[in-house]
Amino acid sequence: MSTTEIDRQWTTRLRQRVTSKLPPEKLLPDTQPAYVSSWIYVFGVTTLAALMVVIATGCVLAIRGPQWWHGSNIGHFVNSLHLWSVEIFFFAMVIHLWGKFFMAAWRGGRSLTWVTGAVTFLVSILTAFTGYVSQTNFDSQWIATQAKDGINATGGGAYFNVLNLGQMLMWHIVLLPIGAVVLTALHVLMVRSKGVVPPFADASEMS
Amino acid sequence: MNWATSLAALVPLDHLGHYLHWHWFLISVANLTVIGLMVVTFIVALFVPFPGRRRREDSK
Repeated sequence: MSTTEIDRQWTTRLRQRVTSKLPPEKLLPDTQPAYVSSWIYVFGVTTLAALMVVIATGCVLAIRGPQWWHGSNIGHFVNSLHLWSVEIFFFAMVIHLWGKFFMAAWRGGRSLTWVTGAVTFLVSILTAFTGYVSQTNFDSQWIATQAKDGINATGGGAYFNVLNLGQMLMWHIVLLPIGAVVLTALHVLMVRSKGVVPPFADASEMS
Repeated sequence: MNWATSLAALVPLDHLGHYLHWHWFLISVANLTVIGLMVVTFIVALFVPFPGRRRREDSK
């Protein structure tokens, strides 16, 4: 096979494109700019860490099932870890969102980074909601019967039936987590590719 | 009385929640507390110095 033929292969072109956008030193950098030394930059990685605990505890709950998480002490404990890691996830994500909003973090060609973050937030809300209606207790029944009127008012009830536990559980443990994790991965790769947004220039620097 | 029982006594979880209501606006005290904590954390994060920042600036 000639060099020209190798250059034309899709594997070669994809590899070259990926390595030019995200060389290893950008993917896993040794240092960050000085302005990143602030507590306001901690909340993105806190969200990421909480997401990992959410996924890990969710996997344990999926393996053991409702009888276990309702009926045993260790089940209650893992169920609580799942709930509280979600609380920390949203707490940190909202502060991360506020911080990035006031930094106008979409500057410098970072609009897609902002958009993937915002869409991840919306997908996470839907994931949390389907989690609440999948608890298999009186709380989930109450939430589902209240929510059905809201969903039906939008016309979405025909496709997204909050009283259908099987459908809600599948959305909660398959479709929405895949969406949230893929969007989060894209978001992090874009942050790595474009770098952390710099602060606004001082008035003295601009003049 | 261990710490978990003390905490449970401080925040009764076996009762109806408390709600604040002004005209059309309704919010539980629990949700309002979380929002307040987020605002406080946001402000603290802006103003509390990050550990090691001064050392890095001095070394330049």
